[in-house]
Amino acid sequence: MKRKDWILIFIISAIALIFAIYIKAMGTPQGAEVIITVNREEFGRYSLDKDREIVIDGHNTLMIKDGKANMMQADCPDKLCVKQKPISRKGESIICLPNRVVVTIPGENEDIPDAVTG
Amino acid sequence: MKRRVAFLGMVLALALILAYVETFLPLPIAVPGIKLGLANCVILFVLYLTGIKEAALISITRVFLTGFLFGNMAGILYSLSGAFLSLIAMAFAKKQNGLSVIGVSILGGVTHNIGQMIMAVLVTETIAVLYYVPVLLIAGMTTGIINGILAKTILKNKNIIIEGWK
Repeated sequence: MKRKDWILIFIISAIALIFAIYIKAMGTPQGAEVIITVNREEFGRYSLDKDREIVIDGHNTLMIKDGKANMMQADCPDKLCVKQKPISRKGESIICLPNRVVVTIPGENEDIPDAVTG
Repeated sequence: MKRRVAFLGMVLALALILAYVETFLPLPIAVPGIKLGLANCVILFVLYLTGIKEAALISITRVFLTGFLFGNMAGILYSLSGAFLSLIAMAFAKKQNGLSVIGVSILGGVTHNIGQMIMAVLVTETIAVLYYVPVLLIAGMTTGIINGILAKTILKNKNIIIEGWK
């Protein structure tokens, strides 16, 4: 490894660290509801206060329990969205790329549905 | 190099096999979307041995074939943008003096993840994807180092490999 390789490693680590600190410092208060979009179009909004199970478009199953939303089941091959941790804070999201399903907890600025649907 | 087509066919097959083998390798970290990207080792090898044209050819055909064989159609879009950005970055980094194969590989791994993320932001139109940036940077760097060390070892012994293909 040459000297510039180490510099590159240092720079990338520094950028990642700054980004992580920034995200952490932004503060992530608990959200009140989840917005589910399928293929960029809004599928529905659900309060996090009420425990329930939502079948999204026949492809994914989202469970809301104890103020947290968790993807329980998906019919895509990789199941990456199922492996993601439950979300409860503003700005958090679970994304299933194959089915184009996005579950987000809106923050203060993202509470406008038109910004999502375009 | 004589038998160019045969050589490129062989490395393409190698890239595909590695992509397949990779699906059996469990990673110690449970972060969704993170792969070792062993195929990038092959791309790196081709880039150093022949040039960007051949590397681009292998990279693009690899993405499509891997997508058709082991993945899904949506995945091709993300892989393609990642592979494209990564190849340009690696070719550029290779021209600059000072970076070794490992450094070039690190840059390739990181830009591959960034390319995929840009596509994810465009497709889902969700800026929340950016929360992944730190994870993807570190992951890209780590896999880049591993692939870089592999590629360096292979390139050191390239004479054994290309002897029969001259």
